[in-house]
Amino acid sequence: MKFLLQRLAFYVFTAWAALTINFFIPRLIPGDPVTSLINKFQGQMSTDAINSLYVLFGLDKNASIGSQYVDYWGQVFHGDLGLSFTFFPTPVSEILRQSLPWTIALVGITTFASFMIGTSLGVLAGWRRGSIMDGLLPVTTFLSSIPYFWLGLLAITLLAGPDSFFPSSGGYEPGLVPSWNAEFIGSAVQHSLLPAITILISSVSGWILTMRNMMVTVASEDYITVAHAKGLPERRVMVSYAARNALLPNVSGFALSLGFIVGGTLLVEIVFSYPGIGYNLFQAVGAKDYPLMQGVFLVITLSVLVANLLADVAYLLLDPRTRKEG
Amino acid sequence: MSAPTSTITAVTPEGPEVAAVPAKRRRLRFVANPKAATGLVVLAFFCLIAIIGPWIAPFDPSARSSDLIQAPSGKHWFGTTHLGQDIFSQVLVGTRGVMFVGLLAGLVATTLSILIGVSAGFLGGAADDSLSALSNVFLVIPALPLIIIVASTIPSAGDLMVALVIGLTSWAWGARVLRAQTLSLRRRDYVEAARATGESTWRIITFEIMPNLTAIIASGFVGTVIFAVMSEITLAFIGISTISEWNWGTILFWAQSQQALAQGAWWWFVPAGLAIAVLGTALSLINFGIDEFVSPRLRSSGHTRVKTKDGHSVRMRVGFTPVLSSKAAPVTPVVPRREEEVA
Repeated sequence: MKFLLQRLAFYVFTAWAALTINFFIPRLIPGDPVTSLINKFQGQMSTDAINSLYVLFGLDKNASIGSQYVDYWGQVFHGDLGLSFTFFPTPVSEILRQSLPWTIALVGITTFASFMIGTSLGVLAGWRRGSIMDGLLPVTTFLSSIPYFWLGLLAITLLAGPDSFFPSSGGYEPGLVPSWNAEFIGSAVQHSLLPAITILISSVSGWILTMRNMMVTVASEDYITVAHAKGLPERRVMVSYAARNALLPNVSGFALSLGFIVGGTLLVEIVFSYPGIGYNLFQAVGAKDYPLMQGVFLVITLSVLVANLLADVAYLLLDPRTRKEG
Repeated sequence: MSAPTSTITAVTPEGPEVAAVPAKRRRLRFVANPKAATGLVVLAFFCLIAIIGPWIAPFDPSARSSDLIQAPSGKHWFGTTHLGQDIFSQVLVGTRGVMFVGLLAGLVATTLSILIGVSAGFLGGAADDSLSALSNVFLVIPALPLIIIVASTIPSAGDLMVALVIGLTSWAWGARVLRAQTLSLRRRDYVEAARATGESTWRIITFEIMPNLTAIIASGFVGTVIFAVMSEITLAFIGISTISEWNWGTILFWAQSQQALAQGAWWWFVPAGLAIAVLGTALSLINFGIDEFVSPRLRSSGHTRVKTKDGHSVRMRVGFTPVLSSKAAPVTPVVPRREEEVA
């Protein structure tokens, strides 16, 4: 429990830091691009909406930085992230609410699957060092050096097309209305297959490699020798003795590198025009839509923090030492 | 500091066929690693292109011509774009920007990670707590979205600016690893000895600790360069950094925005992507080389199958004592037990 509380405190601290960074970025950069955008939409925006943008981007030069900071927090806690300029006049929070489930479904599931597949392959590669599994390593290195988005482009050219099973863009068939029926879900799954495979191929190799190296290190420990000497079946030594111990650093590594991975996978959404957060970020960057950009950053950071917390819980379940009281 | 050359000679029961040659101290052991050597050669090639690329490019990368969207030919090795620009020249000229940003960002991030990681590990106490909290925060916050936001907020982000932004946001991993290693070095006997002889903290850090961190620093540097190259290309690909400066991401940006895929113009994005992949692989290979240099266990050994005299074939593995099933009767009587009982 103590371990979990410590981690929780750390994540609250990180969330605070991320929000503070978000507060300072627009204030430290010279020029205020948001003012020109507000002028452009003059007359179409309510006073409330303009006020909220003033608070978010620090346009009110008369207020002190301290009171700006307090106002900013109050507004973020109300879920008011301003109006998006790309999707005028939809609030940013509304756009994010629509696209977040898509990203969680695609990136969340594939990241988890890639970790599981990569770790199991890494266990085999580390245990049978010097076998053909080692020949696989250069191939996976090459695959992991390819940017996700480029692999996506390649996949679209080779596999998708007008009369192919894989659609090249979008999250579902254009005519369908999002709902929980079989037709829509089937279409959504069909559209997510190609992006998911792309993410899997390029992210799995990192896990194979770290797990292999951990297995190699663990394999020379005394308790492995003891397990062998006891005459335990090879499989049991590999899974319950070596892999279980090698997994621990890999899980904490998983938690720490989530930020990197999620950043990369968001780009796959851009290539496939997948209706998630990453595609929002792309649209926002293209249109210089700062409120949306900041909102996307906040949501991504908070999701990564939640995912980290889940990884910590998994670590707690795997490692009995952290459960010990005191 | 010259180490004595090893005088240990191989003693084999077979006798004289192995001549007793004093083992030479090999100075370039790192380069002898095939992975590291391959990586270094490829990296050197890209550095060379980065320097001479703009001079050897056959065309001006931005110059338009009447050859619109042409497949690779003798005149245009990698084909042309929708404006008739030569893609081969674009790749050559673009190498400079990629390498510049990658190396500069790597340098900035590595310097920061040494400063923060080593001082956190060495100083300990409150300084350690606050510095590790700082690096953990930077580690958990998704770097790429942060870079995208900062770079797009800065008006006219050139190569230099992009490199600085990437460098300033991606030092955390290196700092974390360095801190852990410094922590384990700090109480070693030789450091204590140096402290006892009255060496200053500054001198202990630079002359006693740092040399032992070289491998970690190097691998951190290479890792950051990989990340920086990928980030920079991503930034160019989504159209954040200035489009007037050519780099591989810019080529991909135009290929994507001009529907190269729909037109079947594969030559537009394949060369730049392959260049990224080859550069990334080369850097990863260098890193594997460093890892294996530091921890020889990780080497994927080729000869693991050994034949014993009586015709058995055994696979040698680290941490395993091979047990040979001998035909002769066991010395101690073995009571056969079921596997379940043993487990």
